Amino acid sequence: MHDIKRYLVPVSLEEAVRAAAEGDATLLAGGTDLMPQTRTGARSFSPTLINLKRVPGLRGVSRENGNIRLGALTTVTDVLNDVLLREAAPVLPETADHFASDQVRNSATIGGNICNASPAGDMIIPLLLLDAVVELASWNGEAVETRSMPLEEFFVGPGRTKRQPGEILTAVRFPVPGEGFIARFVKFGTRPALDISVVSIGVAGVKENGTLRRVRMAFGAVAPVPVRGRTTEAAVEGRPLTAETIRQASEATQEDISPISDVRASAWYRRELVRTLTTRILNDVSTS
Amino acid sequence: MSVLHSIRFTLNGKPVQAAVPVHLSAIDMLRDVFHLTGTKLGCGEGECGACTIIVDGVSVNSCLMFAVDCDGREVTTIEGLRTDEGLNPLQKAFVQHGAVQCGFCTPGMVMQGTALLNRRSSMTVEEVRRGIEGNLCRCTGYRKIIDTIASALHETSSEEIS
Ligand SMILES: Cc1cc2nc3c(=O)[nH]c(=O)nc-3n(C[C@H](O)[C@H](O)[C@H](O)COP(=O)(O)OP(=O)(O)OC[C@H]3O[C@@H](n4cnc5c(N)ncnc54)[C@H](O)[C@@H]3O)c2cc1C
Ligand code: FES
Ligand code: FES
Repeated sequence: MHDIKRYLVPVSLEEAVRAAAEGDATLLAGGTDLMPQTRTGARSFSPTLINLKRVPGLRGVSRENGNIRLGALTTVTDVLNDVLLREAAPVLPETADHFASDQVRNSATIGGNICNASPAGDMIIPLLLLDAVVELASWNGEAVETRSMPLEEFFVGPGRTKRQPGEILTAVRFPVPGEGFIARFVKFGTRPALDISVVSIGVAGVKENGTLRRVRMAFGAVAPVPVRGRTTEAAVEGRPLTAETIRQASEATQEDISPISDVRASAWYRRELVRTLTTRILNDVSTS
Repeated sequence: MSVLHSIRFTLNGKPVQAAVPVHLSAIDMLRDVFHLTGTKLGCGEGECGACTIIVDGVSVNSCLMFAVDCDGREVTTIEGLRTDEGLNPLQKAFVQHGAVQCGFCTPGMVMQGTALLNRRSSMTVEEVRRGIEGNLCRCTGYRKIIDTIASALHETSSEEIS
């Protein structure tokens, strides 16, 4: 059933993108999606398997030129414990704390979470709130070439992204949030953490005098891809966070989402959850 | 059949080598190639923690790991906890507290408990509970398991456990 012809363990980015450029390769990071997907037959291997784990420089969090950069191989545990993130973007460690289990977090990478492109990918939600940009590296025949793209535009459908076959995701970066920035993430599942989100919601903005500006809303598991909630954002932007604003925003969510029914929940239930959780999360923001 | 790849790594303190099919999981390698059957296969999809091993100091699900990824790393399984006197202190604590019923989840619980002990010298009961979130016990003996790990932490540190 499994017919991998070649296994490569590149030890530099150049080696990795040159190998990927040869085509028809499966990329391996933590394996927490790849292993179960291939074992159940939901997905088959390409003839070449490229293990990215030994490529140097792809793991870790850094701050450069007003941006925070997370290398693709940064694990969810790294995010949970990162001192810089705890100070500058605590919504990322908070989300990591709701991610799977200790064992899974120790293996699972940020790059894998993004490239797996699940509509329920948890780390994607706070990254959307932070206006994150993905960096993709490839081999142009002579050198390593890098292009960037807003994370929001990266997703095409469940499991599908705009990543080209020869490209490797090297990092995700976002501007360091400014003064007054607040962000919240909530996830709803049947087990506290170790569960695929039935629904997840993020909200962020700059709070001044009871009003939220530069509002960002993001929803997980309620559309073919993780989505920004622009209608909801408009309902909140610049208005005092009163009970009435929150009620209108919770209604507005219904325009932003297009949930399906699956084994975890019905579409109706997901719509109700989004309404209720949005009310809750905005109440929390209004009183904090 | 996938191509074989040769790997060398440290298994329970000893250098080992093997040629494994590239798609093979670490748990299948441990059980079928090295005949270390202490590591249990429960769900095979990262949900139950029965397959927990320690790789380079952190706990992972061996059912989610590719065997080839063990190359160059330090791997510890439940068999590796054995001391010259037999069971190690955490294992003895599991016995003393009656934290074992059918025993299927126990190797994974002990490995995850070991990882928690290695990481921190003190932990609250709540932190232990969170720490074993990825380990299921179908005999529902969580209370005793949590108390066991918390007590082992207590014994190895002077700090208070709340
Ligand atoms: C028990 C369990 C619980 C889980 N819980 C959660 C959860 O709570 N929240 C959540 O969001 N997810 C969860 N997951 C899913 C999974 O753990 C995450 O999506 C994880 O972040 C994937 O990262 P990885 O490094 O393991 O990816 P891999 O499995 O190695 O790769 C995933 C995909 O991304 C591709 N890829 C990986 N890295 C790159 C790269 N740098 N460039 C290009 N392509 C790349 C791979 O080819 C593959 O298609 C869970 C999984 C399990 C088994
Ligand atoms: S067998 Fe690995 S987590 Fe269940
Ligand atoms: S003791 Fe039976 S599964 Fe835990």
